[in-house]
Amino acid sequence: MTHQRHLEMMVGVFVAAGIVALFFMALQVSNLGSISDEEGYNVTARFDNIGGIKVKAPVTMAGVKVGRVTNIEFDKETFEAVATLNIEKRYDQIPDDTFAKIFTAGLLGEQYIGLDAGGSDIYLEEGSSLQLTQSALVLEEVIGQFLFSKAQEGSE
Amino acid sequence: MYEDDDSPLVKIRNLHFKRGSKVIFAGVDMDIPRRKVTAIMGPSGTGKTTLLKLIGGQLRPDQGTIEFDGENIHALKTRDLYKLRMRMGMLFQSGALLTDINVFENVAYPLREHTDLSDSMLERLVLLKLEAVGLRGARDLMPSELSGGMARRVALARAIALDPMMIMYDEPFTGQDPISMGVLVKLIPSLNEAAHISSILVSHDVRETLEIADMVFVISNGKVVDSGTPDELHDSSKQWTKQFIDGLPDGPVPFHYPAPELEEDLLGK
Amino acid sequence: MKSITNFFASLGSNVMSAVQKLGRAHMLFFQMVMGMDEILRRPSLLIKQLYYVGVLSVILISLSGFFVGMVLGLQGYYTLSQFGAEATLGVMVAASLVRELGPVVTALLFAGRAGSALTAEVGLMKATEQLSGLEMMAVNPVRRVLTPRLFGGIFSMPLLAAMFSMFGVLGGWFVGVGLLGVDDGTYWSQMQTKIDLHEDIYNGVIKSIVFGVVCTWIALFEGYDSTPTSEGLSRATTRTVVHSAFAILGLDFILTAIMFGE
Ligand SMILES: Nc1ncnc2c1ncn2[C@@H]1O[C@H](COP(=O)(O)OP(=O)(O)OP(=O)(O)O)[C@@H](O)[C@H]1O
Ligand SMILES: [Mg+2]
Repeated sequence: MTHQRHLEMMVGVFVAAGIVALFFMALQVSNLGSISDEEGYNVTARFDNIGGIKVKAPVTMAGVKVGRVTNIEFDKETFEAVATLNIEKRYDQIPDDTFAKIFTAGLLGEQYIGLDAGGSDIYLEEGSSLQLTQSALVLEEVIGQFLFSKAQEGSE
Repeated sequence: MYEDDDSPLVKIRNLHFKRGSKVIFAGVDMDIPRRKVTAIMGPSGTGKTTLLKLIGGQLRPDQGTIEFDGENIHALKTRDLYKLRMRMGMLFQSGALLTDINVFENVAYPLREHTDLSDSMLERLVLLKLEAVGLRGARDLMPSELSGGMARRVALARAIALDPMMIMYDEPFTGQDPISMGVLVKLIPSLNEAAHISSILVSHDVRETLEIADMVFVISNGKVVDSGTPDELHDSSKQWTKQFIDGLPDGPVPFHYPAPELEEDLLGK
Repeated sequence: MKSITNFFASLGSNVMSAVQKLGRAHMLFFQMVMGMDEILRRPSLLIKQLYYVGVLSVILISLSGFFVGMVLGLQGYYTLSQFGAEATLGVMVAASLVRELGPVVTALLFAGRAGSALTAEVGLMKATEQLSGLEMMAVNPVRRVLTPRLFGGIFSMPLLAAMFSMFGVLGGWFVGVGLLGVDDGTYWSQMQTKIDLHEDIYNGVIKSIVFGVVCTWIALFEGYDSTPTSEGLSRATTRTVVHSAFAILGLDFILTAIMFGE
């Protein structure tokens, strides 16, 4: 019987340790600790070109992550991309004339949306839309423009 | 109800069974009576153990039927087969004790499994069964600490634990010293009388077997070659039976497993 | 000519027996799962198996996880620092562990440690007629002996894999942050932004549950189906490890394609 009790103890410890490990993975290693989808509010932003942004791409302000992209749609009428950004609830004082830009982390890194705060007294809330946006830099276009301006310089 | 029933307990009809290409049984008919000790004898390797496994429903005949108490064993659903097995006990040739629990727990196993006895009742019962085989003192040993003969006796105690209506003994006497042999020889018929159990006894110990059996079947080469009461067998005119009972090396029963002539094997063709 | 016919005849019979074996394996699986009520009725059976299958593997799994994590930390650091991307070391370590190495290496170690032991145990129980003995005591050996072992394996595997990954992440941290000087905060925060709970962690857990089912199933079937001799048993044990390894790696590819492909 004491053998049985020892066995039960060890199994109990094993299962507990396994669950601790699972929680560790969920909380310390994954993004569960830093974001949860329900809490927070959604705003939309329209871009001419969304580039490489994917659902779940981070949204940052001053380099700090404040939310993520939860949805991307194409507007048939205006031919624009409509991105839904989920901003964490604690960041509830973002002016509504904030500027949304698409950046790339490093030369080859992942793309994310960066917000530049505006000066308005009205803050963003559920359902607001960001009016000021700048589309993704498409490398081919940049190079094309660069060559074009060079060519013009040369011809002048 | 069973008391007055004189129909055979186990009814085997036209049993055929093969292992691979080797024919073990080729048309065996047998009636095993109730409340009697029925012995099955035959040379080593004729399929006595196989027969017990067929009766226990662990093997399936190729042809023919085996009925236990009126039910065709091999037509039963798994669940019913298990129910039926509760009424059978089997002592395996090897003992087949569970090696991860001790002697006491081994004997208690079927009781814990199929009854709701209180702990004290259960302990008393197990100790009685162990006492019957002379191993009450070995209750705390693990199966690996037992000798072959002791293991066999523990297995016997386990087989009789549930007081089944039929017990199949596969070589209960092998490996027993003369004293425990004597005890077992008394134990088996006494169980039959006290609890109205029917027994099937497989054994090579001719003298002991004939002493306690009420009915004997001799099988060889896949057939029943002789049957009757021990007295009838003693007086049997069949060469077969004579040779087997008297243990003569020469006679119709071959000592050798079927093989080509020795010279052929040794010298090549 | 004759040898060609012989070849095809033996090929045919090999295929036949392989198909039969597959059939037996699936029937056994079905019977084991149908015996599930047995472990609800007798939880102690399951607890005992969790001990033998799970607890006894903990040290092996944790240590291996830690070492694998250390190697990942070292290799990752040398590769990433060439691009000046040491900051993403945490991500690299965690992603490799959570998605692949955790479930896969745990399952491979499990097959060698617990799987082979299960095969040997069940095979020996068969060889010593203990399984037949149970049958004749009107106890169904599949439900009594195999079912608790199957579920012991299924429950243990994800827990063991989680431990492996956790110790791996810590091992990577030990080398990266402790020895090579990657920033502590960056190690964790980068990891947290890139590792997704659903996509990575849940999928990793699902993988390890699948591996748990398959490894334990193979081990139990090989034991139950073994030829009851010493040679038969040693072959069965080898087959357990080999078949488990194939099954794990093959299934890993399929599962990865389903889960992480779009
Ligand atoms: N698992 C098996 N596979 C193939 N053949 C078997 C198997 N078990 C037994 N046999 C064969 O079946 C025959 C009968 O075996 P069985 O064990 O029933 O003999 P037995 O009459 O009990 O012999 P003994 O008196 O020595 O115990 C033997 O010839 C043996 O070769
Ligand atoms: Mg035998």
